[in-house]
Amino acid sequence: MLRTPFLELRDVKTHFPVERGVILRRRIGTVKAVDGVTLSLTQGEILGLVGESGCGKSTLGRSILQLIPATEGAVMLAGRNLSQLQGKELRAARADFQMIFQDPYASLNPRMTVFDALAEALQVHKRIPSAELPTRVSELMTKVGLAPRFLKKYPHEFSGGQRQRIAIARALAVEPKLIVADEPVSALDVSIQAQIINLLARLSREMQLTLIFISHDLSVVKHISDRIAVMYLGKIVELGPATEVFERPLHPYTKALVSAVHCPDPERERQRHRILLAGDPPSPMNPPAGCAFHPRCPHAVAECSRAIPPLENFRIGRQAACIRLKEIN
Amino acid sequence: MPLLDVQNLRTSFHTRNGVVRAVQDVSFSLEKGETLGIVGESGSGKSVTCYSLLRLIPQPPGRIENGRALFDGTDLLACPTEQLRRIRGKRIAMIFQDPMTSLNPYLRIEDQLIEPLLIHGNLDHQEAVKRGIKALEDVGVPDAAKRIRSYPHEFSGGMRQRVMIAMALITKPELLIADEPTTALDVTVQAQILELIKKMQHDLGTAVILISHDLGVVAGFCQRVIVMYAGRIVETAPTEKLFYHPRHPYNRALQKSIPALQPKGADLYTIPGMPPDLSKPVDGCSFAPRCEFVGDACTKGAMQLQEVEPTHATACLRVQKGEIKL
Repeated sequence: MLRTPFLELRDVKTHFPVERGVILRRRIGTVKAVDGVTLSLTQGEILGLVGESGCGKSTLGRSILQLIPATEGAVMLAGRNLSQLQGKELRAARADFQMIFQDPYASLNPRMTVFDALAEALQVHKRIPSAELPTRVSELMTKVGLAPRFLKKYPHEFSGGQRQRIAIARALAVEPKLIVADEPVSALDVSIQAQIINLLARLSREMQLTLIFISHDLSVVKHISDRIAVMYLGKIVELGPATEVFERPLHPYTKALVSAVHCPDPERERQRHRILLAGDPPSPMNPPAGCAFHPRCPHAVAECSRAIPPLENFRIGRQAACIRLKEIN
Repeated sequence: MPLLDVQNLRTSFHTRNGVVRAVQDVSFSLEKGETLGIVGESGSGKSVTCYSLLRLIPQPPGRIENGRALFDGTDLLACPTEQLRRIRGKRIAMIFQDPMTSLNPYLRIEDQLIEPLLIHGNLDHQEAVKRGIKALEDVGVPDAAKRIRSYPHEFSGGMRQRVMIAMALITKPELLIADEPTTALDVTVQAQILELIKKMQHDLGTAVILISHDLGVVAGFCQRVIVMYAGRIVETAPTEKLFYHPRHPYNRALQKSIPALQPKGADLYTIPGMPPDLSKPVDGCSFAPRCEFVGDACTKGAMQLQEVEPTHATACLRVQKGEIKL
């Protein structure tokens, strides 16, 4: 495991000010959407980022890609600190990292044909001569499994799954090294989800793509990822190899998440012990003291509300942030 | 006599781009206290089926063109509106997917929650509020007496869905239709809500129709399941049989494509192609273009749902004839 990290996050924090008032704006609080995430990925690795809505997983994805710059910390991609890039430099660097969004209906321009959308992506960074465009665009289409005869069509003429393929082709046009996919299959039907997951897995393998796959669905994430990071209220609470995290979760929150995954097997569904958490995820504006999970945690003790538990090594490759790790596992 | 008996329901939408046949020849029945799941992908007609039963389809463009839905002897599709109103919201209640859009943001929870009681229950206001507070307590809303005075935006998504459930069950209905009740919620909250519906059903003896795209949710929740594809029922059976012995290629393929069941790293099983455009008439089985077992007879004539063993019906011609074993 001595490979040099390709993407490195060093104590990344993304905080948003909460203001009130129109003329006399005053700051009344801070939402700590991402609050101290340290993580490193090797090239070609697929990291699954899971958590419930509001846990900061999307904000973290966007902070990595400099769409919402982090307020503190550093994002290092291949040895370069992206947080320090600005203007022209940042724009040029964007060819290395791309994003795929959840809703393929909203992320394509309805007035551009598929050809225009893909050609634009090709030309922005690569200065491909116009004569070469048709072949290059067709290549991209084939890569994502769409017939080149669709080139002259508009987004509304495609189904959700096909649109997501177009969005993927557009992200691939600049030959990026890192892709952040934010809930790329959540808006799609089950039978179409599988197609897109296969496609992303294949592309990552063939092109040595580093992929951060954000999702709330653990079973999807388990399937595609090498490692899984579980987030709760801005912090990573568990990190480890995908199968292990899924089969032997360490953190009480991960345990609850895993136990809530539905499985289309009536017998197993009935016998399965489901951990029912009390209440809802707390507001990130006003997080509980100490471990943010302690008000919902079935294992909480008085000490849990005193200090924020750090992400600690439990076994080789397995990390979790809980002071009672040894007792409950 | 079953609580609800639906025969040959057909609902279409007459749009500028042609007639969309959203539901075709749907027949099923439901006993008192039974839990029935309806699964299918988006556009398969599962929601339209249930909306049709309560005549909640916007007409036009929608049109219920054929069928009968006997609820305790009353045909919901043909009875006068007045009579339907006395059933809807009292004896049949519904929970919708998105609790934010189905609560009125301008009204306090109290006013919305006790409305069914004031309309159907012949209760005075004070008595109704008491019942409302009790109903909120039953669904696990803490501090109910105070929270009943709140507005919907003061509740979280999970709490709002609890309010919706309290509202639906406050008249002690005989049938509850839950249309994707957990889809908009977080995973850990989903589990809470499903447990709650189960508990309430147990306490009140309500029959439940659970509409879902998630086979996993249905597997643990329902006694019997209907699988819909392109507006038709393609398979129906008791839950165990449906999952362990699928008798329609679509049901089998759908189960195979779920990530949870597949070995890690291998390519996921996928169904090629996509669902048909319902505004164009299809000859034969509508799944035929995507089916790996398709035969010559599959593309001609209309498919009929037929029992291949007691309580287990399929619309697959080749399974009916015994030509293929799934």
